[in-house]
Amino acid sequence: MYIIIVGGGKVGYYLGKSLLESGHEILVVEKNPNRANFLIDELGADHVWLGDGCDSSTFEQIGLNRADAVIAVTGDDEDNLVICLLAKQKFGVPRTIARINNPRNAKIFAHLGVDVTVSTTEVIEAQIQRALPIPSLVHLLALKRGGIELVEGKIAPGSPADGKRIRELGIPDDALVVMVVRDDQTIVPYGDTTLMAGDEILAVTSPQSKEVLKRIILGK
Amino acid sequence: MKILIVGCGRLGSYLALSFSREGHSVTVVDVDKEALASLGPDFQGETVVGKGIDEEVLRRAGIEQVDIFIAATGYDNTNIMASYVAKEIFKIKNVITRLDDPKKAEIFRSLGLNVISPITLAAEAIRKCAEGLLCTSLSSAEEK
Repeated sequence: MYIIIVGGGKVGYYLGKSLLESGHEILVVEKNPNRANFLIDELGADHVWLGDGCDSSTFEQIGLNRADAVIAVTGDDEDNLVICLLAKQKFGVPRTIARINNPRNAKIFAHLGVDVTVSTTEVIEAQIQRALPIPSLVHLLALKRGGIELVEGKIAPGSPADGKRIRELGIPDDALVVMVVRDDQTIVPYGDTTLMAGDEILAVTSPQSKEVLKRIILGK
Repeated sequence: MKILIVGCGRLGSYLALSFSREGHSVTVVDVDKEALASLGPDFQGETVVGKGIDEEVLRRAGIEQVDIFIAATGYDNTNIMASYVAKEIFKIKNVITRLDDPKKAEIFRSLGLNVISPITLAAEAIRKCAEGLLCTSLSSAEEK
């Protein structure tokens, strides 16, 4: 795959390095000459382009139209949005991925057809939540359009879900339990599956139904 | 008319003051408090400190009631994103986007934004002026 990464900061550099190691053709675009020199030393001159990734003439020079994916990981959300829009709308790149710094911006990115957004703030928050011994519904992934989320949680003892069948729980129509992990066993559940305290579940849900789901699983 | 302007630089502040003088209800958003203060006591409208791409900031600036939204900061990408937020999230019909880069102006015009490119406008005006000067000097040369 030919992958173009725009923004050669910490994220862009490590991402480029690991994609290069797994055998992909990559090009990191960086506008700061000092930073670009560092990247050339580390990744090799063939994999670094000194230039502005928001400039459409840069895109023509690096052959953006034959890229399989463009990943925008600069520190500015507006730059990442413009990079993905140019890649998608003007050059027909099949997959665009953007880093976003303000989680509130996810909506407009999805609305304009950016395929995937990764919110650094939310990723860090989710990792910390998982590391804390506090029962919670952890956000794992936001899916394109529709605003559907993948969440993870553990059935709390005495919660509405403890000892009940899924169909009896009154889970809203726009939420669905898709996987249950019990001890070492993974169960693909259906309506008659009985949930028990300690089960770890994966569910997809709309943002509106997240609170209802949380109350059913955690009991609060 | 209710007008929301993002960016209080030379262009944004000029627009804000002239619209406000004509009696329109104007709100200006900028990240820089001092830029907003430079509008001076003549300015009758509202000011909001914050990023014009942020939904919450725009909501505070009353975007839901505006007739015209103008993205006029000096940063093309900020103007593009602010315009899309206004158009797509808040469904504002009249959105005007300032883009300095003529190439970007052309691309985003073709993607449906209502783009004003100060560089292209100035270049055209200068060309016309230059051609006019050239014509008069040529005809006066002929007369001699």
